[in-house]
Formats: sequence, C-alpha cells, structure tokens
Amino acid sequence: METALRLAHLYPKLMNLYGDRGNILCLRRRCQQRGITLVVDELELGDSLEPAAYDLIFIGGAQDREQRRVAADLLETKAEALHQAVAEGVVLLAVCGGYQLLGRYYRPAAGEELAGVGIFDAWTVHPGPTARRFIGNVVVRWQGGTLVGFENHGGRTYLGPSARPLARVIAGFGNNGRDGSEGAVRGENAFGTYLHGSLLPKNPRLADHLIVQALRRRYGEVELAALDDALEERAHAEAVRLATKKAIFRKR
Amino acid sequence: MSAVSGPRTAVAVTAAKAAAVLSRRLGFGGGTALPGLVADAVAPGLAARLAARLGHGCVLITGTNGKTTTARLVRNIAQAAGYRPVHNHSGSNLMRGITACLIEATDARGQLRQPERRLGIFEVDEATLPEAAAALSPRVVAFTNLFRDQLDRYGEVDSVAAVWRRALAALPPATTVVLNADDPGVASLADACRGPVLFYAVSDTACAVEEIEHAADARWCPACGCEYTYSAVFYGHVGHWSCPGCGRARPAADIEATRVGQRPDAPLRLSLSTPSGQLDLSLPLMGLYNAYNALAAVSVAVALAVPAEAIQTGAASFTAAFGRQERMVVRGREVHTILAKNPAGLNQVLRAISAEEGPKNLLFLLNDDIADGRDVSWIWDVDFEMLAGQAALLLASGRRAADMALRLKYADIDAYPGIEPDTEAALEMALALTPEGERLYVSPTYTAMLQVRKLLARWGQRPPFWEEA
Repeated sequence: METALRLAHLYPKLMNLYGDRGNILCLRRRCQQRGITLVVDELELGDSLEPAAYDLIFIGGAQDREQRRVAADLLETKAEALHQAVAEGVVLLAVCGGYQLLGRYYRPAAGEELAGVGIFDAWTVHPGPTARRFIGNVVVRWQGGTLVGFENHGGRTYLGPSARPLARVIAGFGNNGRDGSEGAVRGENAFGTYLHGSLLPKNPRLADHLIVQALRRRYGEVELAALDDALEERAHAEAVRLATKKAIFRKR
Repeated sequence: MSAVSGPRTAVAVTAAKAAAVLSRRLGFGGGTALPGLVADAVAPGLAARLAARLGHGCVLITGTNGKTTTARLVRNIAQAAGYRPVHNHSGSNLMRGITACLIEATDARGQLRQPERRLGIFEVDEATLPEAAAALSPRVVAFTNLFRDQLDRYGEVDSVAAVWRRALAALPPATTVVLNADDPGVASLADACRGPVLFYAVSDTACAVEEIEHAADARWCPACGCEYTYSAVFYGHVGHWSCPGCGRARPAADIEATRVGQRPDAPLRLSLSTPSGQLDLSLPLMGLYNAYNALAAVSVAVALAVPAEAIQTGAASFTAAFGRQERMVVRGREVHTILAKNPAGLNQVLRAISAEEGPKNLLFLLNDDIADGRDVSWIWDVDFEMLAGQAALLLASGRRAADMALRLKYADIDAYPGIEPDTEAALEMALALTPEGERLYVSPTYTAMLQVRKLLARWGQRPPFWEEA
C-alpha cells in the first residue's frame, strides 16, 4: 500500500511573507525521501476546508492588509473545520501572522480588533506604533534541544490557562518579550510559533515530529528512517551561534 | 551674500573634505558617507543649499531594484547631452551620501564648480525619498519597481508605498514623475502625483514567462481587493496586469520597449518607441530587469528633454557598475559578479544565468548585516530550482553560508553545495575549482559585494570603486 499524506496549505498567496514556502518544501522532501507521497492542496479565500480529508494543515504569515482579509475569511469559511480537524488529531502548524489569527483575537496598533479562530487559548495585542518591534534571530528550547529561526512581529502574544508554550526563549523575544514563552501548543497536534527563516528546513527534528504525528494518526505506529541532515544540522548550529553571540563581538 | 558661500558653509565643506581624505587614508572605505555626516553637523541643510545651485536641477531615482544601474545610465546620457553630473555613483544613497557627493563637487570655498552646467543625479534609498525630495526639490523623480526587500528594515511592502505616496504628494507640481506601468505597485503611484507623469513599459510579450513567480508581491488591487489577472508576466508581479474587479489596468506607456533581444553572451538589445522617436540601444547587461532599468533611464532623459542622439551616445558609452554586473578576467577565469539582494532580483539573475550556455560554476554569498537585511528567510522565496542540472560547481559563502547551502540542497542542482563562510577563502576556492577559460558566476548580497569587489580589484587590477568615474 502506498503511504501518502495530504496537507492543506492555507492562503499560500496571501500568507507567504517570510519564505513560508520553505516549510512546505521541507515537509514534501522529508516525506519523499521516506517513500511517502505528500499531496499539497492550496486553499485560498472562499475555499472551504474539508477536515476529514487532511493529515496536516499549514498557515504562514502576512502583512497587516492581507491579515485582515484572511481573518474574515477564516471565520467565514474555515474556522469550524479547523476546530474539527484539530480535535480529530490533524497536525496543524501556524507561523507568525497565521499563529496570531488562530488565537482568540488580535488587537492591532490601529483599527478594529480582529476576532481569531480560537484554536489556541492566546491573544495578541499590538502596543502601538511607537513600541519596539521584535526583530531578530531567535533560539528556543524545545524537547531537550533547540529550535532556531527569525522573528519579526509588533504584536505581543499572551497565553491563557489552557494553552502551553511551544518552547522557552534562550535568545530573542518570543511571544511577548517578557515571560520567556515562545509559541503555543494545543493538545499534541496543533503548533503555533513566531519562528520563520524558514522554520522547518533548519529544524528537521520539528519537521519529523509533525510528519510522525500525521503518519501515526493514519497508519498507526511508525518509525521514520533517519536522513542525512549534515547541512541541516550545520545551518541549525550556525543559527544558534549567531543568535547567542553578543552583538558587540559580531565580526563585520 | 548667499548662504552657500557663508563662512559656516566653507567650514563645513572643508571639514567634510578632510573627513573624506581621512576616511580613505585610514582604510575605512571610500569616504562616501562620513563627509556628509560631518557637513550636516557643522552646517545643517547644506545639501538643500548646494542642490539649489545646480543649474539644471536634479533627478531622484528610487525603487527596490535597479537604482544604481538606472542612475549610471542617466549619468552617461546626461554627460553625452553636455551636462556635468553630480552623481552618488558609489551607491551611498542615504541623505548623508548625497550631501557628501554634492560637497565633492565644490571648491574650497564651498562653491559648486561650474554650477550652470550641473545636473544632480541621485539614487535614493526607498525610505529616504520623502527627506530627499523635500530637501532637493527634484525636477524628475523616477521609480523602478517595488518588491519585498529587507522587511526587517523597511517594514512591509505596503508601508514603503505609503512613504512614497507621502513624498509624491509634497512635490512641487512642476516635478515630472517617471513610473513603471508594468509594476502595479509603482503604476498606482500616479494617483498621488500632482504634476506630469511619464509611464514606461515593455510591450514585447515574447519575453513573458509561463507563470507568476513566488517572488510576486503586488498581487491584489489595493482599490477593490481583487487578484490581478495578467495577459503576460515578465518577472515577479511585473507584466501586463489588470484588475477584474474595478477595471484598473496597466496604463498606456509613453516610452515602450517594442523589442527586447536577449541572447546568451550578447549585449541586451532594445527597440524603444519614445516621444522623441524610435531608439535602438545595445547595452552590456543581461536580464529583462535591465531592460526596465534602461527604460527608466531613457524616460528620465525624455523628461529632461535630452535629444535622441545624446540618449543613443550616452547608452553606447555605458558600462555596468563594478560588482553589480561586472565581467572581468581573474587568473584566466572570467568572473561575472552580479549583485542580488532580494527574491525578485535573484530570480532575475538566475534566469539570466540559466539562459547562458554550458555548465555553470556558481558562488553565492549570503550576509545578514543591516545593509543586507538581518533576515535571510527570503532565499526560500527564490526559485533556485531553475538551475537544476546546470551546475558544475556550487559554493555557498558569507555569514549565512550554511543557510544558503541548505537552500541550494533543496533545489536539487546536481552539484552538492560546498560551504566556505570566509569571503576571500571562498573566492580563492571558487577560482581554483573553476577550470581555466571557464566562467565563474558570483552572486553576493550587498555587504558581501563590497568585500568581493575589493578582492577582485586587488587580483584583477581594478581601481577601488570610489576612484571609479
């Protein structure tokens, strides 16, 4: 029997600000190298999401203007299906703007508050146009190792009692620059994060974690074959080094 | 007595000139910004006062990609037309760089030499446009294109457009604005213009690509939110666009490329239809994006009422800016250096490289300094996949060499990417691994380009860039 997984990429045209496509390239490649076919469906504004059809769902980040249009469309055409999918164990990854929109609400620096989908018990508040934007390399502690990426967000995200942080900040800002938390997890299968860069290519451990979860749900217990990750690990280690080095010692 | 020749100005100019000499002596670089900073500290507003003396006024050129090439082409055309340009040719395009180059054109008393023949030609950083436009009262402002670039520095693409609109609304009504009709993000700036507008465009649809690239940014109509449709896409979101929702569409062009001839290892050939008649140009550049740069430059010349013969002569004398698109022979290898610093730019470079014949020797240098953009995730929006099966040598260098190598691995370009973070060692290695007589393509980000051209200048006997004409 052919092993196949199906991924819904939400708003690839509207929500693709920071090389988010790299996450899809990564999942596809890491599946392919293990003989797993990853089918990717691109869902845009107005498209409905069939929760039972998918093993994985991905949503990336966007500019404010696009985020507003996506927020409305999410509530109108996809919110219910997203809740159902996550409850049934479909693996979800939301990055940056997508993460914000899957919280309870996003209050921008100006204009009306955007209602979120509420997958994560989290809310995001932009403290105003003069507040410092959280920009830079990030390293966070996750499951006994590290995740690396780049963050660029004005909004501060706070977690409610039923959300757990995805990781703890080692260098960088994370959710709000105050409590040391980064991202959010709901259950075992829904992940939200501010890390792009792209996130998954440089964090193959997280990529495989998502793939294993999706495979288990559909095919039962699985073991993923190890891959040659020498370049991935080098890029990861370099990113850790750059992010944790004091700015003053940076070689110009 | 005019303010320009006041004692304070003379002091400022002297101090600034001294700073330039000192900066070069101490090896800090070309002294292209420091003098501006010094002058501004001693005599604020100096740039505005000097610019007011330019006999033919000045031209500002801005946009995400192509500023330097466009400005250089305008400079050559202006020289052919008998102007004496004041031009920030080193690419130092913040206010201090512009001030520094105005100071360089003065004598010891702070007077512009030959003011009556002077035309200012300034490339301007996107975010600096409002300040530059207010200070310099330009005759012409030209826009190349608008793409995502260094989101960590400029903010979002939308905020750059908003900054430009603010600058345009404050211009005197006599200023001519030159716009790219094929870039919807630039063409729509026409709404914010108070004076005359000249549009340029490519009408030769033989250059169109099959589908819209990942690096496309302006995909939605800002007026009604509909997705643009294209009858032809040239690169990124540049093409023959229209909005199915509200009917906005690519405006009719005043200056048009009716034929774009691109052949491997041959100059770019353009047939242009302009208000001053038909023009045929041949430029030592590659890539369709350079056809747009040439169109922008010719449009500026048309706005300045430069005669057709001078445009022709000026374009014929054009050579690419060192490091931006430079061919030179080093140790028996032809080294072709092409600056690329964002997805749209690098896609165009890759397209041009893959159109050349034979297996390619490639060195990509990725830095993450402030001038490059701290965020390197943009490389995942570049279609490196188009090089599949074409690379003989693939090397990644720069501070983010490992990130670049990983991206190249994903593109399955046959050759396994090598990593050498140090620029000099990487260039040495690339030259050694490129067979003699073959070509080596070097594509650096901005700060890596500065290092590369310093090394190549040493090895290939090129003058340092600040001594360049």
